[in-house]
Amino acid sequence: MKAAVIVFPGSNCDRDAAVALQAATGHAPAMVWHGDSVIPESDLIVLPGGFSYGDYLRSGAMAAHSPVMREVVARARAGTPVLGICNGFQVLTEAGLLPGVLMRNATLKFICKDVHLRVERNDSAYTRRYAKGEVVRFPIAHKDGSYFADEATLARLEGEGRVAFRYCGASGEITADANLNGSRNNIAGIYNETGTVLGLMPHPERLADPALGGTDGAKLFLSLMETLH
Amino acid sequence: MNIAARAARAADGITPEIVAEHGLSPDEYKLLVAALGREPKLTELGIFSVMWSEHCSYKSSRVWLKKLPTEGPQVIQGPGENAGVVDLGDGLAAVFKMESHNHPSYIEPYQGAATGVGGIMRDVFTMGARPIANMNALRFGAPDHPKTRHLVAGVVSGIGDYGNCMGVPTVGGETNFDPRYNDNILVNAMCLGLVDANRIFKSAAKGVGHPVVYVGSKTGRDGIHGATMASAEFDESSEEKRPTVQVGDPFTEKLLLEACLELMAEDAIVGIQDMGAAGLTSSSVEMADKGGVGIELELDRVPTREEEMTAYEMMLSESQERMLMVLKPGSEKAAERVFRKWELDFSIIGYTTDTGRLVVRHRGIVEADIPLAALAHAAPVYERPFTKTEPQAVLAPQDVPPPNSVLGALECLMGSAHLSSRRWIWEQYDHMVMTDTVQRPGGDAAVVRVHGTKKGLAISCDVTPRYCAADPHEGAKQAVAECWRNLSAVGADPLAITDCMNFGNPERPEIMGEFASAVEGMAEACTALSFPVVSGNVSLYNETNGVAIPPTPVIGGIGLIPDIALMATIALKRSGDVLMLLGAEAGHLGQSLYMLTMLDRSDGAPPPVDLDAEHRTGDLVRGLIRSGCLSAAHDVSDGGLLVAIAEMALSGGHGVELDAVPDPLPAHALWFGEDQARYVVAASPDKADAIHKAAAVAKVPLRLLGKVGGHAIKLDGEPPLPLAVLRSAHEDWLPRFMAHG
Repeated sequence: MKAAVIVFPGSNCDRDAAVALQAATGHAPAMVWHGDSVIPESDLIVLPGGFSYGDYLRSGAMAAHSPVMREVVARARAGTPVLGICNGFQVLTEAGLLPGVLMRNATLKFICKDVHLRVERNDSAYTRRYAKGEVVRFPIAHKDGSYFADEATLARLEGEGRVAFRYCGASGEITADANLNGSRNNIAGIYNETGTVLGLMPHPERLADPALGGTDGAKLFLSLMETLH
Repeated sequence: MNIAARAARAADGITPEIVAEHGLSPDEYKLLVAALGREPKLTELGIFSVMWSEHCSYKSSRVWLKKLPTEGPQVIQGPGENAGVVDLGDGLAAVFKMESHNHPSYIEPYQGAATGVGGIMRDVFTMGARPIANMNALRFGAPDHPKTRHLVAGVVSGIGDYGNCMGVPTVGGETNFDPRYNDNILVNAMCLGLVDANRIFKSAAKGVGHPVVYVGSKTGRDGIHGATMASAEFDESSEEKRPTVQVGDPFTEKLLLEACLELMAEDAIVGIQDMGAAGLTSSSVEMADKGGVGIELELDRVPTREEEMTAYEMMLSESQERMLMVLKPGSEKAAERVFRKWELDFSIIGYTTDTGRLVVRHRGIVEADIPLAALAHAAPVYERPFTKTEPQAVLAPQDVPPPNSVLGALECLMGSAHLSSRRWIWEQYDHMVMTDTVQRPGGDAAVVRVHGTKKGLAISCDVTPRYCAADPHEGAKQAVAECWRNLSAVGADPLAITDCMNFGNPERPEIMGEFASAVEGMAEACTALSFPVVSGNVSLYNETNGVAIPPTPVIGGIGLIPDIALMATIALKRSGDVLMLLGAEAGHLGQSLYMLTMLDRSDGAPPPVDLDAEHRTGDLVRGLIRSGCLSAAHDVSDGGLLVAIAEMALSGGHGVELDAVPDPLPAHALWFGEDQARYVVAASPDKADAIHKAAAVAKVPLRLLGKVGGHAIKLDGEPPLPLAVLRSAHEDWLPRFMAHG
């Protein structure tokens, strides 16, 4: 599997994503500078976490207008899987590849901690290594992670089974307490219509190594590897 | 009207009032005129005032700091550069330093703390290192003081936003609340970076005719006289100093970091220095002085963000995220390309010369022409008079009243402002980015993996100000020993320290006495533990209207773990493990948190520190960790033995059944005494013999405390304290305190 990681000014989880990809695939991904308009041929494009453009204006808003994003949008529309993690998710919504918006956390504070997520589907390229309904532990680290969309969009996402992950309790219960950032419907990650673009606020790459205290995140990269070779 | 505006008006000459406003005494002004050979121009006065400020010149502390040990086989760079450097083996080195941002953080907590973090990271990446971990040591006033909540919220948010945006994990620290910090909080930030040992960059500007390059953010009027502010006490008018606080832009700093590291991979840089305190002035003076050259600056070329800035303002601005570099001739184009790629300002603002002078031109006029030696070496050095703190009597344990219930006292202590969980703080810091944090906040030391290897770097910041106030010498020794102990408790070989010496007004003999004693105590401990000081910072004048903070010499230490697979944590892991205490017990309750929290008393001598016992006990524990004998380890410090056990139980989610304590000492003295050089360890029962033997060989007393199991702390003769109850007491205090604004 060939992967490309897009690097914006202010990206800071680009190396973390590359390390997790390399561990899963055995190959270092291509690191693509935001000013480039060409992305090497890739089976997967990753928009990493961080603070692209310092989160100025709105999180992800300026990165969505980088030269490279025209190419990312074109590849995504042509079917190339695109994974946006944290700030990458924010960029995907700003670029119109995913619906809705990530708003300031309900607590108004940055939150960095492990959370439980329920895997809503295991038939996507990203989740085939998980069981449907499996409860996994990923870290979150964000200030603007409260997922919001209007009722019609939410109904459509739910109806089409496009919710990828939901914040939940330790045994999978969907509660307000587990929804630390105040997302609508406890949504932590969503797919596009075809299930090829995934945006999520939690960081699978941060628990993909036993030395860090867990490997639940590794299965996401291994799923991709298995699907995309 | 601010200093700059007032001073700018006085074009007709330097009056005694202008000299005083620059923080220079009449005698210092005479010295200045002698060094210069004439009356200074206004810009020259400004330059002298910051270079000779306490903050930049260490004029009160210098004679004492010389007593600190700074050498060792592991030391690559001791004090004197932007940060200290120690060898990690395999061609790698650790770069680290701690710095205070106390005065600005009190005046404007968010920006003050944020720019403190930004400044310390620049010190580290200026040397060619990639920052890999941040820590902080925070001191706030009493929880019931009306400003405390506002200051905690602002400081934590400022530290978080800056480090989070930079993508450098903030992996831990310490926070105290004490009314003696009501009007002078302390914000000390530490940064650790990693560098190839043969790619370390220094600040000396060697060679004549080399281009002097300015990179980073544009220069504005913020932070003018920040260094002078940090060299004076506060009074009622301190709020007016808000304009002297700098404004941080972590996004620009992230670009500056990447651009600098990218250029450093090429062979273009002769010397590089961050523009921190005293901005362009101190960076240019220090670079030229260290390189033994002169420097000429053309200020018309300095990128500015405000119009009509004067030479005085440009030389004294403390605008953030700026660097000064001296390049090899011919590498200007390559350097410019890197900085333009990262969308940063880049300007050649001058050249090195052979004159030994700092010459500053602006709009065709020479605004300053000063011999560098006068700025860098002619600053006054004071041997200020001092009187040492009167020692307090040692309290006998029998003279301290017992609690009604030991476990009741434990619950009270664990839920107090002093010992409650700091989770509310560290969950606002991204402590996992870079995916090498192998020990998160909440343990004895944080541990970050050396990227791509199995090695780990342990980091800890420590001091117990109430001990230092009672006995600065013994308190400073304790700070060094506790830091060394925290590193040993995770299984690291302690390597070296950085320090932040926070004290009151050194012109008062009793404060100078505190400083002198603390330096002597540190020197004694650092020498005994082979734990040299490689970088640091002195922050004096932490007082308001004549009331000083307690002496607070914060120690930031690092240690190396050869293999993170053999690392200890404080969490109890298995039911059935045995719990043991290593180290001697004397039931010392003077200056203990038991006395402070339960009895509202702060009398008595602090616990004595036996450095030989520290060494033996720490070496024993580290050896046991590396031989795989222990399932958990925790040093005993604030709150004493029972608090250490409770922290281990909460961290692992396992209860403990404790045996009755031996006579003849009173039980509360054994449970809550703060005797030093002690660790609690847990191990599976089949390792107990080996541990007993090793302790006997090391001549370290060992006491069996009980065993791990259940979901409560159980003590003979008292109802068990359920972990759930203890956990709420421990976790709830800080969030509840912060919510009730």
